[in-house]
Amino acid sequence: MAEIVLHDVQKYFGSVHVIRDMNLTIADREFVVLLGPSGCGKTTTLRAIAGLEDISSGEIRIDGKPVQDLEASNRDIAFVFQLYALYPHLTVFENIAFPLRAAGESRADVDRQVGEVARALDITHFLKKRPSALSGGDMQRVAIGRALVRRPKAILMDEPIGALDAKLREDMRTELKRLHIENKATSVYVTHDQVEAMSLADRIVVMSEGILQQVGTPLDVYRNPANLFVAQFIGSPVMNIAPAAVATEGGRTTVRLGGAPQGFALPPELEKRLGAAAGRDTELSLGVRPEGVIVAHEASDGFVPVEARLIEPLGSYDIVDLKVGEGTLRARTRSGFVERPGDIVFASLDTSQTHFFDTRSGRSLGILQG
Amino acid sequence: MAAVKSKGALVGNRLAIASVLVITLIFLAPIYWIASTAFKPRALATTVPPTVVFAPEITPFIKLFTKRVQLTKPVDPAAYDAAPWWEQRILDNGERVLRTGANVQLSAYPSRFMNSLIIAITSTVLAVGMGTLTAYGFSRFRIAGEKDMLFFILSTRMLPPVVVAIPMFLMYRAVGMTDTHIGLIILYTAFNLSFSVWLMKGFMDEIPKEYEEAALVDGYTRMEAFFKIVLPEAATGIAATAVFCFITAWNEYAFALIMTNRRAQTAPPFIPSQLGSGVIDWTVIAAGTFLFLLPVAIFTFALRGHLLRGVTFGAIRK
Repeated sequence: MAEIVLHDVQKYFGSVHVIRDMNLTIADREFVVLLGPSGCGKTTTLRAIAGLEDISSGEIRIDGKPVQDLEASNRDIAFVFQLYALYPHLTVFENIAFPLRAAGESRADVDRQVGEVARALDITHFLKKRPSALSGGDMQRVAIGRALVRRPKAILMDEPIGALDAKLREDMRTELKRLHIENKATSVYVTHDQVEAMSLADRIVVMSEGILQQVGTPLDVYRNPANLFVAQFIGSPVMNIAPAAVATEGGRTTVRLGGAPQGFALPPELEKRLGAAAGRDTELSLGVRPEGVIVAHEASDGFVPVEARLIEPLGSYDIVDLKVGEGTLRARTRSGFVERPGDIVFASLDTSQTHFFDTRSGRSLGILQG
Repeated sequence: MAAVKSKGALVGNRLAIASVLVITLIFLAPIYWIASTAFKPRALATTVPPTVVFAPEITPFIKLFTKRVQLTKPVDPAAYDAAPWWEQRILDNGERVLRTGANVQLSAYPSRFMNSLIIAITSTVLAVGMGTLTAYGFSRFRIAGEKDMLFFILSTRMLPPVVVAIPMFLMYRAVGMTDTHIGLIILYTAFNLSFSVWLMKGFMDEIPKEYEEAALVDGYTRMEAFFKIVLPEAATGIAATAVFCFITAWNEYAFALIMTNRRAQTAPPFIPSQLGSGVIDWTVIAAGTFLFLLPVAIFTFALRGHLLRGVTFGAIRK
């Protein structure tokens, strides 16, 4: 088990800068998920740690030792591929034993260790089969077994369950979590699926266009997105983002969204704090997750009448599109709370979940009220 | 409705089988002709219409492997009785076997056959081996001018090889490589190499590079990964390529005829050279040809499972 440090890592593919100024420390026994849309550099980062991709400059340290000039075979890490990469001409047993044979372990040791891993993964009954005879989930179990068997310093996983169907993906997610709790191997996991990231990670690393956007615990990233990209990438349905105009009139501070005639009420001291954080000329965007939009049937102080346009019933809750100015504000309500599109309801913002961003730079102003 | 359809399908099926049978017979006829002639008494080899039913004998093969001369006087009955059965067959035909002391003199056929085996096998191993490594390099690494180099390799097959036969012969003569095994081996390897590279590149491209990457992170060097993972995965492609290369080298006639005459001569130019003058013994030629067919038939049959994929030139995706 080991700590992995990336220091000022740069990677170019020809003239394309795929990893920019990457600085990241992954602690011993930590489960870190690299999350981002395709082409954001997350897989390249993972492959660079593994040694399957050279880096253009910078340093990668595993256990304090610089490894960027070492061959993949000398880095003592394991890699799980999206499409399993099980050797088709070898049995499941031989596939799992393959890394042990590289280390030249004795036959008895190999048998014992493969047996242990197979029991942990519940795959003992098909050790003699060929990979082609297995289902996708079982193949990935074998691939994970091959990664675990050697007790490497770290396990790197590149969308390991991305190719499975939804149900199996959920099962495997739970299993991966269990395995990590049992084995406590330093793990780096790449995915574009935020649900996977949220549920598995100790810390999430959000990447976009080769740049590290935010590093934090799942809740931290969810609750305090560092910028507009993270705000909109994490969470489903996505966070509402709207151009915001904050004004104080007659002692009441309000924020008008998307040119709406009526503004939502804000705590009065906010305008001052916003001014201090952003300056008066900054174009502001307001971000609020659907669960931060409070919907009521009765008018009351601070609530603004809005029209419901669309209702998506999702079983345990509904997502209601509310017409606010030129745009829509999506709210999460109790199932069946708004009966039909066209109804007028009253909405307000939960100020503890309301974020302000500098529209031009996308940066969060770091102001959460409440 | 269903019944009508199945009846039509049945008739169509029968017709298809019948036509396949006819085509198969047409293709098998020359092979049957060679095989049957190889077992015929000499008198029956040239009858018109051809004799189909006859008592097979192996006299043509005995003749094929021995040096013989015509008898100038009738054979002594005591000597005939003392001769082994196979020698009696030759004496029956009015010929006798040449001996050096007590040893029977062999004809040139066995050594020519061996030449064919040595040259075809060695050049196949070389062409497939080098082709596999080259294809691996082209398939896995970004190489400057990769496309141009591949085109250059392919371009060596754009002329019929015979076009360069005369200059090749002059060059070979200048360096003393005419009538040598190594000369033909180099020549056949060169013929087959471009084909082998292109065919193997198709197969290599089909092997996901994740297999090797998995081996690399599992603690194997690239060389070990190549031998433990890539080669077994490419076995089908290697087998198919080997069959094609072997057949090309085994059957090659023109260069063998020009470049060799004795020591390194292969079977293809040797067999027709036995036509000679005077009475032509077609049965001996048929016997030589029949034996010559066998290695390719055995090799191809042994690797038949791989060939179907081979002829699609790596076009099948997993």
